[in-house]
Amino acid sequence: MTHSTSTSASTASASAFAPGTGKSPGAAPESPVPATRPSALHRLRAWFSAFVFTVPALVLFGLLVLVPMGYAFYISFFNWGGFGTPTDSVGFDNYTRLFDDPVFLGDLWRGFLLIAFSIVLQLPFALAMAVLLNQKLRGRAVYRMLFFAPYILSEVITGVLFSMIFAPDEGLADKVLDAVGLAGLGGDWFAGQDTVLPTLFLVMTWKYFGFHMMLYLAGLQGIPAELHEAARIDGASTWQRFRHITLPLLAPTLRISVFLAVIGAIQLFDLVWVITAGGPDHASETMVISLFQYGFKRYQMGYASAISVAMFLISLVFALAYQRFVLRRDTEGAITTMRGNR
Amino acid sequence: MRALGNTSLSRRGFLAASAATGLGTAALSACGSSDGGNSSGKTEIEWWNITTTQPAKKLWAQRAKEFEAAHPDVKIKIVTLENEAYKSKMTAQTASGKLPDIFHTWGGGVLKQQIDAGLVEDLTDKVSSWTKDFLPASVAPFRLDDKMYAVPFDVGMVGFWYNKALFKQAGIDTPPTTWSGYLDAVKALKDEGITPIALAGKEKWPGMYYWAYLSMRVAGLEAMQKAADDADFTGEDFVKAGAHVEELVALKPFQKGFLGAAYSTPTGEAAAVGNGKAAMELMGQWAPVVQADAGKGLGKDLGFFSFPAVEGGKGALTEVFGGSNGHAVRKGAPDAALEFLKFFAEKEFAEKLVKETGLVPVSKAAQGALTDPNLIAVSDALGDATGFQLYLDQAYAPAVGQEINDSVAALIAGSKSPEQVTRSVTQVAKSEG
Repeated sequence: MTHSTSTSASTASASAFAPGTGKSPGAAPESPVPATRPSALHRLRAWFSAFVFTVPALVLFGLLVLVPMGYAFYISFFNWGGFGTPTDSVGFDNYTRLFDDPVFLGDLWRGFLLIAFSIVLQLPFALAMAVLLNQKLRGRAVYRMLFFAPYILSEVITGVLFSMIFAPDEGLADKVLDAVGLAGLGGDWFAGQDTVLPTLFLVMTWKYFGFHMMLYLAGLQGIPAELHEAARIDGASTWQRFRHITLPLLAPTLRISVFLAVIGAIQLFDLVWVITAGGPDHASETMVISLFQYGFKRYQMGYASAISVAMFLISLVFALAYQRFVLRRDTEGAITTMRGNR
Repeated sequence: MRALGNTSLSRRGFLAASAATGLGTAALSACGSSDGGNSSGKTEIEWWNITTTQPAKKLWAQRAKEFEAAHPDVKIKIVTLENEAYKSKMTAQTASGKLPDIFHTWGGGVLKQQIDAGLVEDLTDKVSSWTKDFLPASVAPFRLDDKMYAVPFDVGMVGFWYNKALFKQAGIDTPPTTWSGYLDAVKALKDEGITPIALAGKEKWPGMYYWAYLSMRVAGLEAMQKAADDADFTGEDFVKAGAHVEELVALKPFQKGFLGAAYSTPTGEAAAVGNGKAAMELMGQWAPVVQADAGKGLGKDLGFFSFPAVEGGKGALTEVFGGSNGHAVRKGAPDAALEFLKFFAEKEFAEKLVKETGLVPVSKAAQGALTDPNLIAVSDALGDATGFQLYLDQAYAPAVGQEINDSVAALIAGSKSPEQVTRSVTQVAKSEG
């Protein structure tokens, strides 16, 4: 969470500053650099006030984030049932068990599938809708609101709703297909080991594409109309304008949206829990569901903590790598600008 | 109602999960219950139960009010949670070492863990005077090392609940008493175009009942006890039990989409039977209530028969698989907690519960209040029982119970063989030993 908010904030400022600053490294020439360096005492005082102002936040962060994280890491080295203090130390057994556990390995594979689906299908769909709703269109505010509405709905309500819609035979989906003579397309939906993941992805798309669409719409608003106008005068086709103006200028937004989609897929829990609880036979289980099952159904807190640590590391490595390699251009602009203004 | 239950469960699940990822169990222990507050000079008794359905919920609250009226210095705080939410919440409570004064229990492995953690009051001497005429089967789950740790208020067993009209339509006059007879009945129903069995595949525990009963019938109760003690379920008889499950699954007897079906939702197992869309379900004594709650209910068409005996098996038709619901008391709870349990167990209130909420009485004194022929059948089967096996997910350590549920679900889905089931269960049982 902290990652996503901080990056989105920095990109927001990046996109705000990027067009103005262009390639120039900040506003160094204009900013009046003091001739003499501040005295040591002055610097100490600056540090002190910074310290005083950040202490409350640091204490909360440490108490509510770092300490529990450290504790989870600690108990991941024990065979612990959740009662009393952990005593049965098992070294790295819980971690080696991860790589033998077909359920956990399956979680990784399913997580990968969901991420791939999201990037290949859901985000392009959201982009298409955003471009469509960025045109002058009668009632476009209504459409925007309608498409964004599912995102506001709680995951649990969504889950209950769709488990009714996709109930085999009796649900709305099968009834509608039946009524239009396409009964053959109906089927097991959430109840089939092969169909559960695609059906779940359908629900996820319904639920989350509106959010990405809104991000893209905001990004599209930031693209100056003059660019399109000039290109049109030069005879560029719609596709060319999309490909060479819209897409490049939307890139920072796209990068953030991919980031959020990936982190969302890694942490997916409540929607799946309500609809399938990970079934049938683990076919829709995610990492967090495995974690919950082992921790709070089987009371194997040590192993559940090992899963949580693995999940944390995956998220962390991804987040850092993504920021370092993909978001670099976006964040760099922001940081240099801020340095220049200091 | 259900959606509400799910909400709290999921929110808690999410909290719990995020706790394990980021916040850790330290945060969970922070939501422990407050101890009996004395700010108003009253003793507060916190009573956690899972009675979410009416009219039982209303009656229970009334009983608490009556107790408060008779004991002006006591205040009873009722906390009602949905089944699964309750289990999750209690896990956290147990971990933090703070249990409510009175809490619902199914006995078995979970209760044993709580006792081992020193959190549960030994009630043996305190309740013996007023629990003398309780059915042996009803107190069995709460007896550990000859000590009694909870007072049952309800007892029951699993058996087949069937639709008499649909059985008749398929030409089955009397319910089967043998496994081969049972399979024939399933075939006859299928031939008639009737879905023979409803099953909630999503929830796993209803499927476990088949394996558990078949293990009881094939291997026998002693072998089951031995398997639990030795943490070894690989015996030939357990493989055979799994093979019998496979036999049944091969007939494709379940409703469409059963792997994703829940138990008590409007499209779930109970509703399928209650609406006459499936001919039977293997379920506990609460089945009629849930069938009528989630679906229309079958009324006079509903019948009950015991799980059939398996030819050549070591178990008998009269051995029952079931459990009871009871109340345990936290170690160090105020005396009023026990007083209340006694008050709750009084004959006229027990009879009232039998009449109005359809539960099976634990004391012989209250049996006269039973009028529903199906519940009389359950009560008789319990009274005549020659052996008793507690629900496996309650009897064994939680990890073992869950592994049985999981493995049998895989067996039914066709992704595990009977041998693999016994091996997986044994592996977990050994690691928990």
